[in-house]
Amino acid sequence: MREVNVKVITEKVRALCMEANTDLGEDVLHAFDRAMEKEESPLGIEILKELKENARIAKEERVAICQDTGFAVIFLELGQDVHLVGGGLREAIFEGVRQGYRDGYLRKSICHPFTRANTGDNTPAIIHTEIVPGEKVKITVAPKGGGSENMSRVVMLTPSDGVEGIKRFVVQRVKESGSNPCPPTIVGVGIGGTFEQAALLGKKSLLRPLGSKNPDPELDKLESEILNEINQLGIGPQGLGGRTTSLAVHILMMPCHIASFPLAVNIQCHAQRHKETII
Amino acid sequence: MSEPIRLKTPLSDPEVEKLRAGDRVLISGIIYTGRDAAHKRLFTLLKEGKDLPFDIQGQIIYYVGPTPAKPGQALGSAGPTTSYRMDAYSPTLMERGLRGMIGKGMRSDTVKEAMKKYKAVYFAATGGAGALLAKRVKKAEVLAYEDLGPEAIRKLEVEDLPVIVVNDVRGNDLYVEGEKKYKKE
Repeated sequence: MREVNVKVITEKVRALCMEANTDLGEDVLHAFDRAMEKEESPLGIEILKELKENARIAKEERVAICQDTGFAVIFLELGQDVHLVGGGLREAIFEGVRQGYRDGYLRKSICHPFTRANTGDNTPAIIHTEIVPGEKVKITVAPKGGGSENMSRVVMLTPSDGVEGIKRFVVQRVKESGSNPCPPTIVGVGIGGTFEQAALLGKKSLLRPLGSKNPDPELDKLESEILNEINQLGIGPQGLGGRTTSLAVHILMMPCHIASFPLAVNIQCHAQRHKETII
Repeated sequence: MSEPIRLKTPLSDPEVEKLRAGDRVLISGIIYTGRDAAHKRLFTLLKEGKDLPFDIQGQIIYYVGPTPAKPGQALGSAGPTTSYRMDAYSPTLMERGLRGMIGKGMRSDTVKEAMKKYKAVYFAATGGAGALLAKRVKKAEVLAYEDLGPEAIRKLEVEDLPVIVVNDVRGNDLYVEGEKKYKKE
């Protein structure tokens, strides 16, 4: 049994909130480069260049990549041989978010659903905890912007819809979203499980680095096929026309009930922000 | 690509009418920020027959909720938010003299019709380029609704803010035309 003081978790979450919001991953920058080579629209190429320049400024000046610094979504892998001491885990994470958003000059974007009154410190955070073997704690902070989240959907297809049904729904969702979610997007797809599990799979799929292959060859092929269809839509960077509507499609799948065929499409804008650390 | 057009606010009717969907524009002068909650309040004021907190004639509203400014910055990161959420309020503001809106994403048919009727344009700024766009903001002050935090109405002095005309007064729509041009059957 290893003891970990939750104060360490607060510090790590604080730092990850700031880092994720100012330092866009190399995988995303490389994806911009690959997109520029294929893009046919001159305006589309200009926009991709602007996004690279924006990322450079944000990193150098330690300012937010995007003003929507998101809902703080935290993925926690907690080793079962870890004993947390020094306070509550949930409150420790919230305190990290509070400090990170305050000290990093990040926008507080969380409000009461009815009155729209801002909570003032970007809490609560969304915490997804998984208990895993071992005595380590892995924390991933993935701030999620509202514009692209609003374009996401969960649908309960019928088993007879099959793989074609998945393709149709995902492509249609991207088409209907048009310019709203800040294309070029990353499309997270969750297939199977239950209603809520499909959504979580969709979100989790976004954590995979851009440019990496899906370890399941069947899903890897499906990702390429859907991406190809999406990039024929013509929506392009910022929806102003072009080849680059999405940078990638990522799929996570698990078994589902014999009566069900759940599908979640979680749209992610080009500011695909996530940082992780292991304690 | 052609050189961008330079515009200074407030906009005159001939300046607005000359703009075409697809034009790149650099905006300088005073613009006002406003998004969801601020629009709701402006709309309520007008419905109650009250004055707006600023003279809207010939002005531009930028749909943005910036991050807090770091020391040395006029304004924090300041890219556009998605515009359709302001659709319910925009025609009334155009009727009162609003001539430009900056945001991202498609507008409703009602808003597009109002742009034709009242001679106004809709510009897109690059969504997610908040750090880059903030560098074009020279001064910022909260004008109204400080309680709304990032959603407060701010008066910004901008220099060469880069935007693209999406909807013009003739009913052209760059989102529709751009997609059609690059769509593969």
